Amino acid sequence: MRVNLTVNGEARQADDVWPGESLLYVLRERLGLPGAKNACEQGECGSCTVYLDGTPVCACLVAAGQAEHRDVRTVEGLPGPDGLDPVQQAFLSAGAVQCGFCTPGLVVAVHDLLARNPTPSDPDIREALAGNLCRCTGYENIVAAVKLAAGA
Amino acid sequence: MKPFAYQRAEAADSAVATISRTGAAYLAGGTNIVDLMKLGVTAPDLLIDVTGLPLRDIEALPDGGMRVGALTANSDLATDPVLRTRFPAVALALLSGASAQLRNRATIGGNLLQRTRCRYFVDVTKSCNKRRPGAGCAAREGEHTDLAILGASEQCVATNPSDLAVALALVDARVELLTEGGPASMSVHEFFRLPGDRPERDTNLPPGALITAVVLPATPIARMSTYRKVRDRSSFAFAAGSVAAALDVRDGVVQDVRLAYGAVAHRPWRAYAAERSLRGAPATVDNFERAADEELAAAKPLRDNGYKVPLIRNLTVGVLRGMTEASW
Ligand SMILES: Cc1cc2nc3c(=O)[nH]c(=O)nc-3n(C[C@H](O)[C@H](O)[C@H](O)COP(=O)(O)OP(=O)(O)OC[C@H]3O[C@@H](n4cnc5c(N)ncnc54)[C@H](O)[C@@H]3O)c2cc1C
Ligand code: FES
Ligand code: FES
Repeated sequence: MRVNLTVNGEARQADDVWPGESLLYVLRERLGLPGAKNACEQGECGSCTVYLDGTPVCACLVAAGQAEHRDVRTVEGLPGPDGLDPVQQAFLSAGAVQCGFCTPGLVVAVHDLLARNPTPSDPDIREALAGNLCRCTGYENIVAAVKLAAGA
Repeated sequence: MKPFAYQRAEAADSAVATISRTGAAYLAGGTNIVDLMKLGVTAPDLLIDVTGLPLRDIEALPDGGMRVGALTANSDLATDPVLRTRFPAVALALLSGASAQLRNRATIGGNLLQRTRCRYFVDVTKSCNKRRPGAGCAAREGEHTDLAILGASEQCVATNPSDLAVALALVDARVELLTEGGPASMSVHEFFRLPGDRPERDTNLPPGALITAVVLPATPIARMSTYRKVRDRSSFAFAAGSVAAALDVRDGVVQDVRLAYGAVAHRPWRAYAAERSLRGAPATVDNFERAADEELAAAKPLRDNGYKVPLIRNLTVGVLRGMTEASW
């Protein structure tokens, strides 16, 4: 089947999509957007987090056909004309990135958190990011990055 | 994953007709069925995507109840201001489930039909009567720390994993359906079932039926309700045990009370025996303990899940005590 969708503001089309493919697969393998990562494929790790019609979801559990005519924003779509989004910059500045596998999903989740709650408390941050697992950092610097971005 | 066809439902009645005829499956948020298809636990030939149907309204009914469209996202319902006032236990149960990303995608109808997390059910190399009737139950003698202590059968010791369902059992919610014969409705108590000798059936939903809405009947006591969930970590895990409670205490006496337990049985477990024991009794820790013990007298723990009995007992006491103190 063919899937028509908007990705990072651009109308895109993916052809020969098999119904069993996920939105994550379509983004990574058919549309050349490897930002969202593929780890558990079961909704457990959040590496694949993207905005779907403005709401963060796990792209690994969205069937490709469900993206038809929808609006998707990935980590690749976050930087503005002046460069990195403040959340991305904060992750770099705070040393919140080690292997980087969890980072794109976390950046999208934090971007959404700060849009809804510009001054989150520690418990707010922990709960909002509970669906994003990181095997490297121990989360300390990730929480620091959120606070840095919130203050920016 | 086995190849399958994908269709978008144009209308509810034609979707119901197709599903009833073919045994295809509905696709809503996909957070459970897509996962189970990847694991090979379920393998429909056709998925009918119902997310385009207009079943997303959250209505505050004038009598104090609510009607919630089946395709409402768990996160949208959890943050609804009317729900938080009229049915706080339902909002808390929703917020205690899964993660933000999943709640954004998961629907109310799909939540009620999510399947058990029993490890033998989701592992196609293991024997499970729920997945393959007659295959045997490996959980009884195997890893069952998270499984049922109440209402299980020789064939199945699975638990229902939904937090929402526990809060819905507390408020006697109703499930509205569209069946081949037309609209229908059933109470959540009729909807969920114990495994008995038909563990392959999670619910009494008629074959092919589409859930269209969940109705929360006007329930004044639910304004003083809560949900507490115990799990291995403080967020993003299924319950080891949970309690939904609503309490009305006046002059130190329980005027009315409702209790429902999660993660203890194949269905959300309404604790009617405990409720009966408490109505009209002084709101004391002794009485809370006795009520929980009366309910849990029927528990038949397996080798490794006996911890759930004191867990639910202590949760019951802790929740009721907290609510009593708050009502002073
Ligand atoms: C990692 C992870 C952690 C989770 N943790 C929790 C938790 O802690 N607590 C909790 O309660 N839940 C938890 N969940 C489960 C989650 O809440 C459910 O997966 C979700 O609610 C299912 O909704 P859905 O719309 O995605 O359903 P789908 O996956 O689309 O569908 C589920 C089932 O319902 C059927 N269906 C869907 N809608 C309808 C309808 N309107 N009428 C008839 N049939 C329908 C489908 O055919 C399918 O069989 C977790 C899930 C994951 C992946
Ligand atoms: S890859 Fe989607 S949640 Fe892990
Ligand atoms: S930085 Fe490696 S998983 Fe998070």
